[in-house]
Amino acid sequence: MPLTFYKKPALVAYVTCGDPDLATTREIVLAAIEAGAEVIELGVPFSDPVADGPVIQRASERALRHGTSLGQVLTLAAEIRQHAQSTGLIIFSYLNPILRMGMEKFCKVARAAGLDGALVTDLPVEEAGEYLRAMHEHELAPVFLAAPTSPDERLRMITEASRGFVYAVSRTGVTGARQQLADDARKLVRRLRRVTRLPIALGFGISTAEQFAEVGEFADAVVVGSAIVETIERNRGREAAAVGEFVRKLSAISRQSLRGGD
Amino acid sequence: MAALEELEREYEKAKRDRKFQVRLEELLRTYAGRPTPLFLARRLTEKLGGAKIYLKREDLLHTGAHKINNCLGQGLLVERMGKHRVIAETGAGQHGVATATVCALLGFECVVYMGTEDMRRQELNVFRMRLLGAEVRGVSSGSRTLKDAINEAMRDWVTNVRTTHYLLGSVLGAHPYPTMVRDFHRVIGREARAQILKAEGKLPAAIIACVGGGSNSIGIFYEFLKDKKVQLIGVEAGGRGEALGDHAARFRGGSPGVLQGTYSYVLQDSAGQIALTHSVSAGLDYPSIGPEHAALRDAGRAEYVPASDAEALEATTLLARTEGIIPALESAHAVAEVVKRAPRMKKSDIVIVNVSGRGDKDIGIMRENLKID
Repeated sequence: MPLTFYKKPALVAYVTCGDPDLATTREIVLAAIEAGAEVIELGVPFSDPVADGPVIQRASERALRHGTSLGQVLTLAAEIRQHAQSTGLIIFSYLNPILRMGMEKFCKVARAAGLDGALVTDLPVEEAGEYLRAMHEHELAPVFLAAPTSPDERLRMITEASRGFVYAVSRTGVTGARQQLADDARKLVRRLRRVTRLPIALGFGISTAEQFAEVGEFADAVVVGSAIVETIERNRGREAAAVGEFVRKLSAISRQSLRGGD
Repeated sequence: MAALEELEREYEKAKRDRKFQVRLEELLRTYAGRPTPLFLARRLTEKLGGAKIYLKREDLLHTGAHKINNCLGQGLLVERMGKHRVIAETGAGQHGVATATVCALLGFECVVYMGTEDMRRQELNVFRMRLLGAEVRGVSSGSRTLKDAINEAMRDWVTNVRTTHYLLGSVLGAHPYPTMVRDFHRVIGREARAQILKAEGKLPAAIIACVGGGSNSIGIFYEFLKDKKVQLIGVEAGGRGEALGDHAARFRGGSPGVLQGTYSYVLQDSAGQIALTHSVSAGLDYPSIGPEHAALRDAGRAEYVPASDAEALEATTLLARTEGIIPALESAHAVAEVVKRAPRMKKSDIVIVNVSGRGDKDIGIMRENLKID
């Protein structure tokens, strides 16, 4: 199963697809995999990314300027899958582009492209009935976000609906790098462990090797998003190489280990 | 989600709390200026030569529009929840001004997000908010209008949710907002229904109101929903044309979708990206519409029609010169529809137009567009 974390912590890398263009995204993703990323989140740009900070907002605007669509991202996923058989691939999207394509069609095409799952940022688990049915039918893993403000009862709902892993949000707020990791993060992971045996990936605000190592002490995987997108923004013309170097620096810290085996 | 649930719980409690209701009623009466009059527009009626036209004068409220009804209601909820920081979005600036006003009244810190394009169009309201002690933060992403201001307010809210209340100004967003905001505006319809029965002894044939998110319209419609013979007409911004991007008529050019936590009709492209919108009136310039309006429309209970920028501007002059009332450009869209509809109606029919706000804030835009000086 590609949605398995072998290293501790495993690295989950996010990219906004189509920034600067789809061909470059493909190179960036393959470089990140080569450098040690175990799961790739393929971000679908959206006009109104309410859960994202300024870095991913800017990337989305750049990608949308030349009309990057969900359909194109799914085609890109199929291409990446041919070159990376054992890497976890999930779609990271807002709900509206998926609704527009149709939930059923989305799941069918995603499955055929070789994707493993999806994370829909603005779809709360309470409203996810139809989505969950379609995802299960097509054997795709739904991943949900768990926030520090979520009460235990909600954490239970989130973990019960999630497959593959649970995405724990390190603090309240939007995506983007932060200097310090909130205590919130550690507490949330502890609360999640009480209700689930799924691996836990922690994200939002992780940008340095030090933070990566720190999170690795209590979470199974670390999601790095805005820091990668910013690397892409700052390295025009050599995006893939720059992302490869950045990911290699982070994943050098990880140890080989079977999940739960340490 | 946790904050939405807290808000819902607190709101349900407040609804049943006699003290809360008494305090809100008192503020609406002594501070906001309720009840607002229902005014018979004799000269406009004569000029159009059809149905008898009444105006519900929400424009006479403190701060100049219906928005204060909801702000006072949510302001008292903020007090109950023990929060001290309030954020809001604003399009035309009316909701921002009403929020800044209530924050001054109740002693809260206030931050208002506003698209930079709207700040340019409504600079007077920007100054008013600052005078009232609010911080106005410009939003320069996307179309730089209401939609983008809501995005930014939502980002602030999820970051500071423990101390902050998001005072959403329309019947939009996630539950419980659409229901709660509607309830705070139901007073408009409650008054109008009693007033028209007292004045005429019968119900109106039609009620007309403009629809951006749809708060003033749902507020006046709601008490008449069961009166099946009363036609309910919402007027959307027809803008400058029918192409996507030139208007904000969600029922003409939109399709079902999700924006900012609401499943409703949305102006979008074939890939599900939200479209840009245009309207001369900042308060109607929004790509989605309150979900209850979508339900009323699909059930056939209410009808929605567009009025163009030009029609709204023309209606503004007409109302100013026949009745001495300068409506907000939003409300002028409702007036534009009565201009089309009243002549086709019987003289014995009554129509109520909700004048949701006054035109002072729009004087600059009117001056630019009307070229009468």
